[in-house]
Amino acid sequence: MGHTVTVTVNGTSYSREIEPTLLLVEFLRETLALTGTHVGCDTSQCGACTVLVDGRATKACTMLAVQADGATVVTVEGLAKNGDLHPIQRAFAKEHGLQCGFCTPGLMITAVDFLERNASPSDAEIRHAIEGNLCRCTGYHNIVNAIRTASAEMRQAASGEAKIAAEVQP
Amino acid sequence: MITHPFTYQAPATIEEAVQQLGKGDDAKVIAGGHSLLPLMKLGLAQPETLIDLRHIASLHQIRTEADGTIVIGALATHRDIAHDKTVRAKLAALADAAGEVGDLQVRARGTIGGSLAHADSAADEPAPTLAYDATIRAMGPAGRRDIAARDYFKGTFETALAANEIIAEIRFPAPAGRTGGAYAKFAHPASGFAVTGVAAVVTIKSDGTVERAAIGVAGVAAAAYRATEAERALTGTKADAKAIVEAAAKAANGITALSDLAASAEYRKHLVTVYAKRAIERAIQRARA
Repeated sequence: MGHTVTVTVNGTSYSREIEPTLLLVEFLRETLALTGTHVGCDTSQCGACTVLVDGRATKACTMLAVQADGATVVTVEGLAKNGDLHPIQRAFAKEHGLQCGFCTPGLMITAVDFLERNASPSDAEIRHAIEGNLCRCTGYHNIVNAIRTASAEMRQAASGEAKIAAEVQP
Repeated sequence: MITHPFTYQAPATIEEAVQQLGKGDDAKVIAGGHSLLPLMKLGLAQPETLIDLRHIASLHQIRTEADGTIVIGALATHRDIAHDKTVRAKLAALADAAGEVGDLQVRARGTIGGSLAHADSAADEPAPTLAYDATIRAMGPAGRRDIAARDYFKGTFETALAANEIIAEIRFPAPAGRTGGAYAKFAHPASGFAVTGVAAVVTIKSDGTVERAAIGVAGVAAAAYRATEAERALTGTKADAKAIVEAAAKAANGITALSDLAASAEYRKHLVTVYAKRAIERAIQRARA
C-alpha cells in the first residue's frame, strides 16, 4: 500500500507516493535523484548517508522515508547558498579533508549539526562528534583540521554579523 | 534495503497504538528505529505491520511532576536526555549514559523507550535506569502497568514487557538531597556498545557517610543488573579511596559474565571492577560538590 509523503529537501517541497519499505536514503537518491548522499554500509555504521532531518544529523539508511513525512531535510546538495560554498565545504577543500570523497558528504553534514551546537570545539570533541562517520582514506587527521578551520571561520562570520547588527542599532 | 513488505501506521494516541498492536497479526512498534530497522534489513525481524509512535506528542516529553519525579517519555532521544538541564542536574548518570550511546547520529534518533524495549545486553541506559530505581510505565489493553526496573530486565532481548504492551514513559524518583551519579563505560571500539558500563548513584549524609549506594551494570551479563554486594560494601563508609576500591571489587560478584570476541568472561569481570571504581569516584565527587 502506497503512502503519500511530503518532505522539504534543500528548501523544495516534494510530495511522492512511496512504499513503506523505502528508506530515506533511497528516497533521496532514487526517487529525488539527489545522489550526493551516499550509501556506504547500509547497516547504520559508516555515516556516509548522513543528512540533516529537522536539523539533526541522521543516518538516512536507518530511517524510513514515511517517517520523514512533514520533515525538513538538508543534504550535501543544500549546503552551498547561491553558489557560495558552505564554510565546512571550503574548509574540507583547504585542509585536504578528503581523498576519495565517498565519506565526505556525511562527514560535512555531521560537522554542520555539531558546529551548530558547539561553536568552538576542542579536537577531542570533534573526534567524539565524528565517531559515527567512517573514512578509509585520510586517517581522520585532516578531517579534524577541516572541522576546526570551519569552526573558526563560522565564529568569525558570526561575530562580523553581530558587529554589523550592533552598528545599525540606533 | 528492506525486502519484506509491511504496512505502516502512525496513530495519534497511545490507546490507538495499543489497539493496533493487539490486532493479532505480527506487528512491531517503532520508535527511533535504530534497533528494529537494522534487524529488518537482515531479515531477523519481519513484521507484517509497523506501528510508528512518532505522532504521539506526550511520548516525546521530559517533565518533572509536583513530587519531583522526573518523567522521561519513551520517545525522548538519547540526545534529548543527554542535553536536558533537569536530567543533567538530577540524574547525571543517565545524562552521562545517554551521551555515550552509539554515535552522534544514533543519539539524534535512538530513544530510551526503544532501548529499554529492545533490551540489548550491551545497551547503556538500562544501567542508570536500574541505579535510579526507575519505574517503566507500560500501556496495554487493560490500561497502564508500572514495572520496577529491578523486575524489568530478564535477559538478552528479554524483558517483563508483554507482547501487547507499549512503554509510555520511564519514571525516575527525585534523588534525595546530596546525591551524585555517574556512568563509566568501556565501549566496544567498533560498535560503540558497552563491553562494560557502570552507573553509580550515591547519596551522602552531611557528615560525608554514604547513606545509599546504587550500582547498575550493563554489557557484562545477559541482562543489566544491580551490583548489590558492592552497594552494601559502600553504604555506611566515608567513601574514602580504600572503601571505594573494596566496594568496586565486588561489582561482579555472583555474576555469570558474557564471553565473546571483545572480552572473555574473566576480563569482563575485571573491567567491571575498574569501571565501577571510576563511576563511584565520579558520583561521590558530584555528591560532594
